[in-house]
Amino acid sequence: MSNVPENAPHHCPGTQSEDAGKASACAGCPNQNICASGIPAGPDPAIEIIKNRLSNVKHKILILSGKGGVGKSTLTSLLGHGLSAKNADINVGILDADICGPSQPRVLGVRGEQVHNSGSGWSPVYVKDNLSLMSIGFLLGSPDDAVIWRGPKKNGMIKQFLSEVDWGDLDYLLIDTPPGTSDEHLSSVQYLSEAGLTGAVIVTTPQEVALLDVRKEIQFCKKVAVPILGVIENMSLFVCPNCHTRSEIFPATTGGASQMCNDLGVSLLGNLPLDPLLARCCDSGADFTTELPQSPAVQQLHHIVDRIITACEKSSG
Amino acid sequence: MLDQVKQIILVLSGKGGVGKSTVSTQLALTLKEKGFKVGLLDIDLCGPSVPYILNLEGQNIHQGPEGWIPVYLDKEQRLGVMSIGFLLNSRNDAVVWRGPKKTSMIKQFLEDVCWQDLDFLVIDTPPGTSDEHITVMENLRQVQHCSAVIVTTPQEVSIEDVRKEITFCRKTNIPILGIIENMSGYECPTCCHCTNIFSSGGGKSLAEIAKLPFLGTLPIDPRVGQLAGKGLPAVREIPEATTSKVFNEIVSQLAGMVSNGT
Repeated sequence: MSNVPENAPHHCPGTQSEDAGKASACAGCPNQNICASGIPAGPDPAIEIIKNRLSNVKHKILILSGKGGVGKSTLTSLLGHGLSAKNADINVGILDADICGPSQPRVLGVRGEQVHNSGSGWSPVYVKDNLSLMSIGFLLGSPDDAVIWRGPKKNGMIKQFLSEVDWGDLDYLLIDTPPGTSDEHLSSVQYLSEAGLTGAVIVTTPQEVALLDVRKEIQFCKKVAVPILGVIENMSLFVCPNCHTRSEIFPATTGGASQMCNDLGVSLLGNLPLDPLLARCCDSGADFTTELPQSPAVQQLHHIVDRIITACEKSSG
Repeated sequence: MLDQVKQIILVLSGKGGVGKSTVSTQLALTLKEKGFKVGLLDIDLCGPSVPYILNLEGQNIHQGPEGWIPVYLDKEQRLGVMSIGFLLNSRNDAVVWRGPKKTSMIKQFLEDVCWQDLDFLVIDTPPGTSDEHITVMENLRQVQHCSAVIVTTPQEVSIEDVRKEITFCRKTNIPILGIIENMSGYECPTCCHCTNIFSSGGGKSLAEIAKLPFLGTLPIDPRVGQLAGKGLPAVREIPEATTSKVFNEIVSQLAGMVSNGT
């Protein structure tokens, strides 16, 4: 990456350049003195702290999608339930990095819980013995409270979540993100650069308007060198509960996720059908995988979980 | 640049994927059908959908003597569109920007686009209550005649985020025109059985709790979904659909606002 800060004046020579602080473009820049002093800023010390804090976390997975409302939070919670149900010895943590619209407390059924701060850091909220969650939702007084923050404040919060939550030993840390390719995403990747990200799981729906944004997210992963574990297509088909006709509510006019995966050379982890009962479970915070184990969506989910486990083990060698 | 705009309408939602861009484009198209001169500004920088929905991908923005000239959907120039999508080389290009850069882009969109005389400027926003939203609010503070339409889906998961957006509007003193509930029910094309995939009634009850006008319920209608990518107004293509009726009602309400000058 270039060492020209994003908010630098035009023609900034870059903070590592020999001309740093001395070029004509540096005149008037608030950071001119820092650059001219020649003391390199060095990496953010938080990166090292996060590396130590997460040293007992085996796999760190980002759940991404350029598009909103495709089911990132739903899938994160389902993957959390699915992974933790495999084996009582598998510990899973979920970090909700969606600062402005935290959905995990509701989807996992732990709204209104409190997080406690102790000597060893913030304790996450435990959904099950081996499934824990941290979200800004726990820090808000009322569901109406809006978090009206610009980027730097959101980054600070994510940094705190990564460096100060006492997860204990975890096999999987799933990081649920907001839509887009901006502060939250860049910061998560940057802060985890030393701790080591296992990879990203990308969620999409079949229609072109979603794929359009998801392709941008895949490009983002390539730009910042985050390996892509695979793509999950959500809301693929709808089966009418009355007559069992299958219909495409969000038609894959451009071939859906499978075509996109072919084009961009990423693997497709699976397709989840649209199930109204799943949406209901998310609202009530029930565990869909145990409520409706026979649902086609749950069976698909188990396949996806297995594939993610394999992909994680492969990447860690 | 915005002093020649009679009414600005922000389309907001705390939640993503609820249909902000669909509502924004259909709202703009309906207003245009009714003979108004309309601008549509897409400030979703990381995920611009408006160029695709309106079938304007690959078009370019030109620099005129007075500023950026928006892309026009029609020859009569009654619907002008501005989006970062027009500035990207490829439709797959990602805009990986942090807040400050997004802020300055949006400022440019608000200050440097030559919209000329407009009856309505519809602004499509990304989900959340962060940089893009704060910037727009700060820049529109001096502008009179600015109001917001809030889009939600019926599930509680979505309502929860939308409540935060309402708080945001109240804190920033943006009047809320009302709430639209999208994706309410799906009617099976075979047996006509209506399934409330994402439950139902959430938008209406939210409007009651928040004491806001309820603007209508849009069902999941694949015909409306298929209009995405074509740039055609639902009110002309499928006039009998519920969606068209809701948009017609909203637009006649908006038309009253402009003619009354309020």
